[in-house]
Amino acid sequence: MIEFSNLDIIRNLLFATQWTILLSLAAFIGGTSVALALTAMRLTGNSAMNMVVRVYVEIFQGTPLLMQMFICFFGLSILGYEISAWSAAILSLTFFTSAFLVEIWRGCIDTLPKGQWEASRCLGLGFLQTLRHIILPQAIRVATAPTVGFSVQVIKGTALASIIGFVELTKVGTMLNNATFEPFKVFSLVAIIYFLLCYPLSWYSKVLEKKFNVSR
Amino acid sequence: MLYFSDLLPYSDLFFSGLMTTVELTILTTFLGIALGTSCATIKQYGHHLAKRLVTTYVELIRNTPFIVQLFFIFFGLPSIGFKLSPWEASVIALTINLGAYSTEIIRAGLNNIGKGQIEAAKVLGLNFRQMLVHVIFIPAFEKIYPALTSQCVIVMLGSAVISQISVEDLTYAANLVQSRNFRAFESYFVTAFLYLGLSVLLRFAFNLLGKRLFAFREAR
Amino acid sequence: MSLVDLHQVHKYYGDFHVLKGIDLSINAGEVISIIGKSGSGKSTLLRCINGLEAYQKGGIVVDGNEVTSEDVQVRRLALSVGMIFQNFNLFPHKTVGENVMLAPTIVLKKSKAEAEKIARNMLEKVGLAEKFDNYPDTLSGGQQQRVAIARALAMSPKVLLCDEITSALDPELVGEVLKVLETLAEEGITLILVTHEMNFAREVGNRVVFMHQGKVWEEGDPKVLLTNPQTDELKQFLGAVL
Ligand SMILES: Nc1ncnc2c1ncn2[C@@H]1O[C@H](COP(=O)(O)OP(=O)(O)O)[C@@H](O)[C@H]1O
Ligand SMILES: [Mg+2]
Repeated sequence: MIEFSNLDIIRNLLFATQWTILLSLAAFIGGTSVALALTAMRLTGNSAMNMVVRVYVEIFQGTPLLMQMFICFFGLSILGYEISAWSAAILSLTFFTSAFLVEIWRGCIDTLPKGQWEASRCLGLGFLQTLRHIILPQAIRVATAPTVGFSVQVIKGTALASIIGFVELTKVGTMLNNATFEPFKVFSLVAIIYFLLCYPLSWYSKVLEKKFNVSR
Repeated sequence: MLYFSDLLPYSDLFFSGLMTTVELTILTTFLGIALGTSCATIKQYGHHLAKRLVTTYVELIRNTPFIVQLFFIFFGLPSIGFKLSPWEASVIALTINLGAYSTEIIRAGLNNIGKGQIEAAKVLGLNFRQMLVHVIFIPAFEKIYPALTSQCVIVMLGSAVISQISVEDLTYAANLVQSRNFRAFESYFVTAFLYLGLSVLLRFAFNLLGKRLFAFREAR
Repeated sequence: MSLVDLHQVHKYYGDFHVLKGIDLSINAGEVISIIGKSGSGKSTLLRCINGLEAYQKGGIVVDGNEVTSEDVQVRRLALSVGMIFQNFNLFPHKTVGENVMLAPTIVLKKSKAEAEKIARNMLEKVGLAEKFDNYPDTLSGGQQQRVAIARALAMSPKVLLCDEITSALDPELVGEVLKVLETLAEEGITLILVTHEMNFAREVGNRVVFMHQGKVWEEGDPKVLLTNPQTDELKQFLGAVL
């Protein structure tokens, strides 16, 4: 059996953290892109498109992220679409992230008074012009803090990828635990690393929120 | 091709898994909200050291993944002498998790109570506990009820992870079934659907409860 | 041919009959004051005239164009109809100058320099030239409303709709806004305003329209109508207001 010094443990965990960060970034980028598309669909005011977005949100907010990952990974491959744990994780995290972000952003757009739309209309601005010059600049300011806040959920969500065998921080944690039989130490370290990744974002999100509330 | 009928022989397994998840959800919802309420009260009105302690707990939980919390409790704690069954570990982990999130949510509600309400209660001679129970809690909860109930749904869905320490919940059942009949897609698809039903049902139940809790609104 | 012409306009919110056959015709240069109890349909009437709300029966013609609530039509209408709201609806993320310049640049496609010139002119007119680079939330309510007026004027509308534009203001700020309106009236702009300022209606207005339960109940010369109301409803209303 290989002996693991504390330094070995930490080195292995930090190496794995790179994958956690990479997966988080990929999921966040995928999630925001899809959420943007969904928000655009919703803003058209077309009732069929609205319905599609609502069902999407209902499904992906109403089922466990883990189940989404299982379906993407085991489910799709049995149906003949061979898919890696990495792709399955990104795919399901994209669903998950976008379903929450589209709702968060809707809340932000809804907080803008209806008068902003009406005043723009009375000045002769078209739908896209209103969106671009009046609604989005204000909505983005409101949405930044909760979006940064949600990125913490994305990072934590990537931990589930360990269950479908993707080797990231949590997975390496369980592997090290099996090798060292020092669960207390190993999982404490894993938790600390996650905390160091997430806490600055949580903190920054709060700062942004305060700044925004003051500037109003 | 999909063969959903291959799942039928295992319906008992699914059902008992579902029941485990329901049981655990009900139990931890109560425990978690109780914990959150206590912590929020401390954070709002408590001694500053106690406040600091609560803040640390909340931030630690909110900034680490649930699965790591679960592994820490189930694998880590026994190694320093606290032996826990998978079920116990799950109840503790879920409660602590919901407790942290609901602390933040409930405190936002407490923050919303006007100073006037508190002064009115004091002037009427209510003591602190009476004031909390009779004057503060109901309106505070009304404000944040939607956020609190969504958090409960999120924690219920997050509980799928406890299958990893072999609690025989719904996800465990799904894994078991697909390992026996090799119908992974069907098995997980149906399970996802059951979870979806569960979250709809949970929200529905919360709405009913909310109508009773905040009946004073209707009475106007 | 009148500038604004309403013919038997009916408007429903679902089953609720808000406007019950409105006939009204307004000539260029007129100042019309619409008065009436809350809920009598005054705002709805204005919002139908500029297409913010669709109506179900009858017809509205502004400056020779039929009004519908289709987006394209509303935008064309914006060139001839300006609107000022009770709660200003300034764009908080844009400076005073930018608020006024926005529509001339992106709707009328004027150059920045040209739009700025217009904006400065209009702000001058409402007495706020020096606030060009301030943000709206640094201004008082009366000042914000004057910016809103300048913003509407920058599109050189033929008719200006004002919906209780002094109601959200502190009493001491009402005067400055009314004074701007008065100047505009003297310059000959067509004004349709929903208002509770009876003095203004009497002194500046050419005509008063009293609305009751979704109908034009009584209309006429302000000096006559306000001192000598014909219907019990108007008597009662004036009794309550004065
Ligand atoms: N968007 C709406 N949906 C349903 N009813 C409305 C809406 N807007 C106004 N109403 C109703 O139409 C009636 C007239 O409203 P409004 O034109 O705002 O009256 P006023 O401006 O004279 O106070 C009121 O009874 C009001 O409740
Ligand atoms: Mg009105």
